[in-house]
Amino acid sequence: MAEDIKVIVFKLGSEEYGIEVEKVQTIERMMPITRVPKTYSFIKGVINLRGVVIPVIDLRGRFGIEEVEQTDQSRVIIVSVNEMEVGFIVDSANDVIDLNRDSIDTPPDVVGGIKAKYLDGVAKIGEERLLIMLNLSEVLNKGEIVQLESLEG
Amino acid sequence: MDMNQYLSMFIDESNDHLQSLNESMMGLEANPEDLSIVQVIFRSAHTLKGMAATMGFEDLASLTHQMENVLDLVRNNKLRMQDFIFDTLFKSLDALESMVEDITRGGEGKADVSSIVSSLQAIVRGEIPVEGGAASVAATPAAQAAETPIHLDEFQFSVLEQSIQEGHHALYVDVTIRKDCQLKAVRAYMVFDLLERSGEVVKSFPSVQDIEQEKFDQSFSLYYITQKTADQIQAMIMNLSEIDKVTAVALDQESLKMLGQESASAVSEVAATATVEETAPAASVASKPLPTKDEANKPGAAKTGAAPSRTIRVDIERLDVLMNLFSELLIDRVRLEQLASEVQNGDLTETVEHMGRVSGDLQNIVMKLRMVPVDTVFNRFPRMVRDLAKSLDKKIDLIVTGAETELDRTVIDEIGDPLVHLLRNAVDHGIESIADRIAAGKPETGTVHLRAFHSGNHVFIEIEEDGTGIYPEKVLKSAVKKGVITQEQASNMTDDEAFQLLFAPGFSTAEVISDVSGRGVGLDVVKSKISSLGGNVTIYSAPGKGTNFSVQLPLTLSIIAAMLIRLGSEKYAIPLSSIVETGIVKNTQIRTIHGNKMIEFRNSHIPLVSLSRLFSVPDYDESTEEETEIVVVRKGERLVALAVQDFIGQNEIVIKNLGKYLPEIQGISGATILGDGQVALIIDPNAFIK
Repeated sequence: MAEDIKVIVFKLGSEEYGIEVEKVQTIERMMPITRVPKTYSFIKGVINLRGVVIPVIDLRGRFGIEEVEQTDQSRVIIVSVNEMEVGFIVDSANDVIDLNRDSIDTPPDVVGGIKAKYLDGVAKIGEERLLIMLNLSEVLNKGEIVQLESLEG
Repeated sequence: MDMNQYLSMFIDESNDHLQSLNESMMGLEANPEDLSIVQVIFRSAHTLKGMAATMGFEDLASLTHQMENVLDLVRNNKLRMQDFIFDTLFKSLDALESMVEDITRGGEGKADVSSIVSSLQAIVRGEIPVEGGAASVAATPAAQAAETPIHLDEFQFSVLEQSIQEGHHALYVDVTIRKDCQLKAVRAYMVFDLLERSGEVVKSFPSVQDIEQEKFDQSFSLYYITQKTADQIQAMIMNLSEIDKVTAVALDQESLKMLGQESASAVSEVAATATVEETAPAASVASKPLPTKDEANKPGAAKTGAAPSRTIRVDIERLDVLMNLFSELLIDRVRLEQLASEVQNGDLTETVEHMGRVSGDLQNIVMKLRMVPVDTVFNRFPRMVRDLAKSLDKKIDLIVTGAETELDRTVIDEIGDPLVHLLRNAVDHGIESIADRIAAGKPETGTVHLRAFHSGNHVFIEIEEDGTGIYPEKVLKSAVKKGVITQEQASNMTDDEAFQLLFAPGFSTAEVISDVSGRGVGLDVVKSKISSLGGNVTIYSAPGKGTNFSVQLPLTLSIIAAMLIRLGSEKYAIPLSSIVETGIVKNTQIRTIHGNKMIEFRNSHIPLVSLSRLFSVPDYDESTEEETEIVVVRKGERLVALAVQDFIGQNEIVIKNLGKYLPEIQGISGATILGDGQVALIIDPNAFIK
């Protein structure tokens, strides 16, 4: 029997995603973002989180999903991975659940338009709910972004 | 016992001792006859040995022990210092340094030092045979000594034993000061001072600290190691005034053994001493028989004890935390000032102004705390230059001035490597060989000046030598050959521009690639490092007379004065240090030359850069306006005008980095948090000037 983990659940469109709770520092409401010029379009800028300047990226843009207007429900999830602190803009975040590692399956190639390499797996919770677990180090992998840019450029 | 808590202390102190060893050795080399330096070296080495032994770093201890043997011969005039000995001792120091480094990294401080050890032993054997017979000379076994109230711990015991074996005299000295003496502590200090000139005090009772504070009756006693006999010592001390009585008793192996047995069985005695100590609480630390506290009783420590150090060691992380907290306070202060000016309440304004002044003072102090004298970087250079000069067969004097000049720790951490590079350059390429110098009519010994000094908001570090100098023609020729510039460009270049070519990537003027420098990873690395610190390098050179590399560095990296500007809804900060002037130009004054916008400024044309276009600002474009506000910024001699919408004002800003995730952005050097809590980006003016 594998260990239980706590997972923060957030939404992009109709899909539900999960990040392990240890990697999440805080979840904030939307706040003023200072635009940073001459960088990738999905990097929305930087915010002041209690005296620390933290870059914020739009997770939709990062995964190549169409970006939408921010709403009252929009949140910034501050994660800390490999000593990097980054904020993710997501459509909403309002749930913490317990998950058993055994219930996470290897992901199919593409889930909701996101490449499998960004995913840790897919967990089935309850009857009809699927939770997509993110592989944060891959999401924040800059080497890969450079490739992406050079393809676009 | 858990040694970990002492480990960092051990590392710090070892580094201090190694540094002072290095310095003293350099001093001794310049002045080989000065035996007082040898004493200093010997003491440092001895303390280091003791510390290493107690911490269980045996290789370290045994190597220092071998060094001590050599030094001991020297200080007793049995061996004259000479080049071979210096080199071996320097090598030993290097080995010690690498061991301590290993320990710092969490290693065990082990190293193969057998070759150094054997050459040290050869010095001891080869020159003068080890003195052996003198031990038996030791005087009468002393019953008084065994009754002594002083409790020796194992370590001190072994020190005594060893020195007897090595033919020194171990003495038990009891000194009584006259009853009518006014300044007992001073007299006692004189006794210690006298004794330390010709030997070593192993242990005293009461402790040195207590004696200094006059916490003793008329008498005190001590264990002492010396070359002199008991009678000589007795006579020496009696020569001091106001001394009532002195008894010096020599110990030999046997009486020492008795002492040892006694101290082993003397648990009750320890308790007794402990009660004595309770009446004098300050004594407890020094006299507790903890092995790691031994150095407190050694002469080195006892000496500094005479003038207690007024500094403390603070973990640098705590200072960083302090700095961060203060930056937050600063942000709030700016916010408060803003609010107060909106509310227009007299009392509030007054309070806020006062707070502003206090926080200004506080800022000064916090900044000063982070300041470190450049000496911490400079101190390894004399040794380096010596070794270099030796390997290149040159004679060089390194003259260091202004080593006490202070710089922010962050700058200090980064500046070492570039300076090493510049110094190596000066020694290798700058100073000529002895033959060439004589041919040029210069003194045989070349001089390298290493200077540090303050000027305005900057610190300058200069490396100046009286060597060959740089020939601009040679530089240009080489640059053309290497394809850095074209022949055409070369013919139009001034000398200064030619010198700047030395900083071009992949450029090295050395005709012969030597071991020391000239590997092609040259000055461009130095330049980029210094630029990344917000500094600048300038070269002044007179062919045939010498070269001066002048490095300009900012005093601090964390809080700067900046001009805040507006571009549409966005705010940016421009460091005040690079701003030359602000002004307004009319559209009619802007000319287009080769497709680039230029304006006239102080009788020359300088480029006008549109920040709004460069940063693709969504809601502002100055081209629709009749007049444009400009900020003229400078990098070295070159100027550029930046077009902005509005000036907001001048402010102290706290520099924050943009986080690891963001890639480097051209034109942006960091971010700061404004009074309203918003983030503003800091413009890096250097990026606009190429």
